[in-house]
Amino acid sequence: MNKKDIIICRCEDVTLQQIHDYLDQGYTNFEDLKRLLRVGMGPCQANTCGHLIQREIANYLNVRIEDVPVHKVRPMLLGVPLKSIAEDNDEEC
Amino acid sequence: MKNVNCLIIGAGISGVSIAYNLASKGMKNIHVVDKSYFTSGATGRCGAGVRQQWNTETNCLLAKKSIDFFEHAKEILQYPGNLEFKQEGYLILATSQQEHEQFIKNVDLQNSLDIPSSLLSKEQALAIVPHLNPDSFVSATFCPTDGHLNPFKMTEAYMLAAKRLGVTFSFFEEVKKINRDNHKIVSVETTKELYIVDVVVNAAGGYSAEVGALAGIDIPVYSENHEILATEPVERIQGPMVMSFSKNIYCQQVPHGAFLMGRTTPGQPHNHDVESTWQFLDEMAKTAIHILPLLGELRVVRQWGGSYNMSPDRQPIISATEDLEGFYIACGFSGHGFMFAPMTGLLLSEIILKENPTLPIAGLSLERFKHITDFEVEQSVV
Ligand SMILES: Cc1cc2nc3c(=O)[nH]c(=O)nc-3n(C[C@H](O)[C@H](O)[C@H](O)COP(=O)(O)OP(=O)(O)OC[C@H]3O[C@@H](n4cnc5c(N)ncnc54)[C@H](O)[C@@H]3O)c2cc1C
Ligand code: FES
Repeated sequence: MNKKDIIICRCEDVTLQQIHDYLDQGYTNFEDLKRLLRVGMGPCQANTCGHLIQREIANYLNVRIEDVPVHKVRPMLLGVPLKSIAEDNDEEC
Repeated sequence: MKNVNCLIIGAGISGVSIAYNLASKGMKNIHVVDKSYFTSGATGRCGAGVRQQWNTETNCLLAKKSIDFFEHAKEILQYPGNLEFKQEGYLILATSQQEHEQFIKNVDLQNSLDIPSSLLSKEQALAIVPHLNPDSFVSATFCPTDGHLNPFKMTEAYMLAAKRLGVTFSFFEEVKKINRDNHKIVSVETTKELYIVDVVVNAAGGYSAEVGALAGIDIPVYSENHEILATEPVERIQGPMVMSFSKNIYCQQVPHGAFLMGRTTPGQPHNHDVESTWQFLDEMAKTAIHILPLLGELRVVRQWGGSYNMSPDRQPIISATEDLEGFYIACGFSGHGFMFAPMTGLLLSEIILKENPTLPIAGLSLERFKHITDFEVEQSVV
């Protein structure tokens, strides 16, 4: 299948071809690609595309996938520490 | 070991602009190092708004001349991508009589410097942004040539243009040591290399005080976390950036459709924290809905934080250092260094190459904090 027809980030409509073009330009970590292509900035916050892109980077750099840093997870998709909830209550009283 | 004419520390918008300007003036053998990934500092975390509505002459001029550049940046830098420059103005709300009176003075100053801002009545403001809560403000000022850009693309544009002029870049390389011989800079040690240098530029953003300290130079700036959020994209409903200093909010719709909004959390500690808090989300939501009730319908997609690097008078330091030959500084942007970047690069390159500066630079010098104690402090900030 043509790389132009393979969507890697479906929230932001980014294709495998675009990912490879940017890898070729030297942007070889997720944070770079996110900033220039918007991958991972969609409503799912990279839950869908994150590991796909991690695999593309690993293949491109010829390193193990576990050695490719994943994207920074940002709220709203983060577990909440109990202490934050408790602190909230403190301030409310 | 490597010999370079100029080593720039930090590849944020300031560093890339300085690199481009120096190279386009003919300087050779310039290298830029950054300790992390592309736009990892404030530049990749900012709202990227550009406005000329300030209340000090220095800031007005820096902003105006920078916007003149942004208007032609794509052609000048020959950038193949889209800078997403949206020039639909900033609408700044006055929420009290006192603020209204200050804004009259601000507009007078701005107009005297050829900045096309004007004072608007409530009705005129509502005509520009109909979804404003009419009870949340008394009047407004508007400057149609203010706007915003895509900060990643703008940084890449400068970086690619600098590369074409021979500038080299390395990321994930941290400056650890700066060596001097009395009053002259000699070399810089990073996690990967030893650079023998003539000129070093400290454009390290939130870490500029630390980098200054490596060279034995005291820079009176500190960093504090400022948070921001993005919503889901929706159809275009808001042209200008809406801002209020007294209500503590800025809020814009970017061309992609998302709304970006931020505010200052009072009493932030001075440190390098860039994490997100629910307190910000809570306060931001309340302020946004009060001023722009319609936005209450939007889903928040993501929030993040970044460092403001604060100077004592809330104006930048773009300067040589008296005590250390070859060491130059661009920092202390106090939350508005993106919009000044074209002038930061131009002025610092003029200072380094000992040319006549395009704008008066005394008010931007590091020395100003030694000699003056009652600064003219910029008040128009969120
Ligand atoms: C939430 C938020 C909203 C903002 N909104 C706006 C806005 O609307 N308009 C506006 O004009 N400005 C805005 N700003 C401010 C603007 O982002 C900054 O003033 C500007 O980006 C500063 O750019 P810089 O290049 O000086 O610093 P940075 O972008 O922080 O770059 C400094 C670089 O130096 C590197 N570095 C640090 N220490 C070392 C070391 N020892 N060795 C090697 N590298 C090092 C860092 O990795 C970093 O990449 C905002 C800021 C924030 C946080
Ligand atoms: S698929 Fe990439 S952000 Fe959702």
